[in-house]
Amino acid sequence: MATESASALSLLESWLTSRLSTEAQAWYDEKRASLSCDRDFYIAFALVPRKLGKADLIPTEDEGAACTGWDPSNWTVDQAARIALLLAGPEASFIGRLEKLCATGDVGELVTLYQALPLYPNPASLAKRAAEGLRSNVVPVFEAVAHRNPFPKRYFDQAAWNQMVLKALFIGSSLHPIQGLDARANEALAATLIDYAHERWAAGREVNPELWRCMGPFLNEARLEDVNRALASENRLSKAAARLALGAAKFPEPEEGEALSWEEIHQSLAPC
Amino acid sequence: MSEDPSNSNDPIKLIDPHVHMSARTTDDYERMAASGVVALIEPAFWLGQPRTTVGAYMDYLSSLVGFERFRASQFGIRHYCTVGLNSKEANNEELAEAVMEILPLYLQKEGVVALGEIGYDDQTELEDRYLRKQIELAKEFDMVIMIHTPHRDKKHGTSRTMDVLEEHGVDPAKVAIDHNNEETVQEVLDRGYWAAFTLYPNTKMGNERMVEIVREYGSEKIFIDSAADWGVSDPLAVSKTFRLMHERGITKADIEQVCYHNALACYGQSGQIKEEDWLNPLPVDQRNLFHGNSVLRGGQTPRIDEDSLIIE
Repeated sequence: MATESASALSLLESWLTSRLSTEAQAWYDEKRASLSCDRDFYIAFALVPRKLGKADLIPTEDEGAACTGWDPSNWTVDQAARIALLLAGPEASFIGRLEKLCATGDVGELVTLYQALPLYPNPASLAKRAAEGLRSNVVPVFEAVAHRNPFPKRYFDQAAWNQMVLKALFIGSSLHPIQGLDARANEALAATLIDYAHERWAAGREVNPELWRCMGPFLNEARLEDVNRALASENRLSKAAARLALGAAKFPEPEEGEALSWEEIHQSLAPC
Repeated sequence: MSEDPSNSNDPIKLIDPHVHMSARTTDDYERMAASGVVALIEPAFWLGQPRTTVGAYMDYLSSLVGFERFRASQFGIRHYCTVGLNSKEANNEELAEAVMEILPLYLQKEGVVALGEIGYDDQTELEDRYLRKQIELAKEFDMVIMIHTPHRDKKHGTSRTMDVLEEHGVDPAKVAIDHNNEETVQEVLDRGYWAAFTLYPNTKMGNERMVEIVREYGSEKIFIDSAADWGVSDPLAVSKTFRLMHERGITKADIEQVCYHNALACYGQSGQIKEEDWLNPLPVDQRNLFHGNSVLRGGQTPRIDEDSLIIE
């Protein structure tokens, strides 16, 4: 197994040990010892929440710091155990099991499987699987790929990245939990988002202020009129976002008006 | 959420323990939530025309534990389901064998409260074979069983189903026999099973008859459902019958047993449906399964816009 997956497995198992009751740990250890049979694995995987519960994991500061490049802050005990069982099985079975679990998954399983994408062996080969998660109509499944997950910024090509950002806006999800939002700004995305803003305005709908963050250096003269429209809106967060977008693209910022950081804007938006 | 006609301070809590929501619209979800439905159970069944491949069956079961569960949550309703090979499709032996192979993948999914709906349709030899195989599967996984009783030759088919269950040593307390009527109820209750009644216009029970059944047999092990599907059916059947029973003098305690507590007690034996799921959900379930007008927020305007309470 790849080093990253092996170290993720040992982290997950150490967290479980410090959280599970003796009885729950014994159940986990028993299932962990018989992972070579597919049927036993699928049944154990399905049973995890019943046997171990679904409490939030709430990683300590040290535990969180030990995760290089992934974010367990929203994980639960059953999710950690399910991914540990998947990673602990025979390497040759991994991809077949992942695909079958995704094809038959319930809501909780799909969220679990997609949020763990960066921990899997050979992750670069899983970009299509991840894109399939983004096609889901189940918002928590979409967000399991898009939010707090380094997978998209590392492995998505530009088209998949741009579709993810646009869909997040379209379904009313937040952008700020998407990792790599600033680094992966690109011209095609800027053009798509401007079109999207026009559609929203034509329909008399508001535009999520976070959209302006994705302009990055691709805010050009031709798009100034649109930013100015946001700057002139009555929404305080839209005004502040437009001001930040101007600054990011090295345009002069207006002297008047309230200056907020992206952090402050995100905090003022509905929690996600 | 609607208010209880007998006590305006309590919100109504109803469970529809048999309703095929995949065949219904978002309007139905809205109206059900507004009428007080907090949870429902969607049994796996056929789609009005037979499936020809096991892949089609898997996609259907995946949607029951996946998208449909999420769809219900957008309206503040907790969605549960049952998984099984229905009696009509048991008659396609090749398909039935393949479905039996994949059923174990689904039986332990979250929110699967029973193996079902299974039983007889035409009472053929193949139906009998897969009924028995699934009873054994339910025993292996220690599951509640939801029984579909046949539309034709119902009385005999119901007795025969119970004979088979007992032959396989199943505890009647872990079985709901559904689609009962005046002719079957006595024997089902005498033999110790849960007796469910489907308020379905024209072909199954009407709700005035239902009121009389509760009057005669009490509320101990009886509950009601709509079995609403792609046919002419009524997803508000439970709430209409709730109100009709109230109007016709059934006690509040009996009404609550029949429209809420008994279904919860029966399927709650699975450990997969609990009152806390909607009254006090876990944080992770709040995140994943309460995206709409959560029952927790309450305070919706009562919306009962039906002309008549009667289902004939």
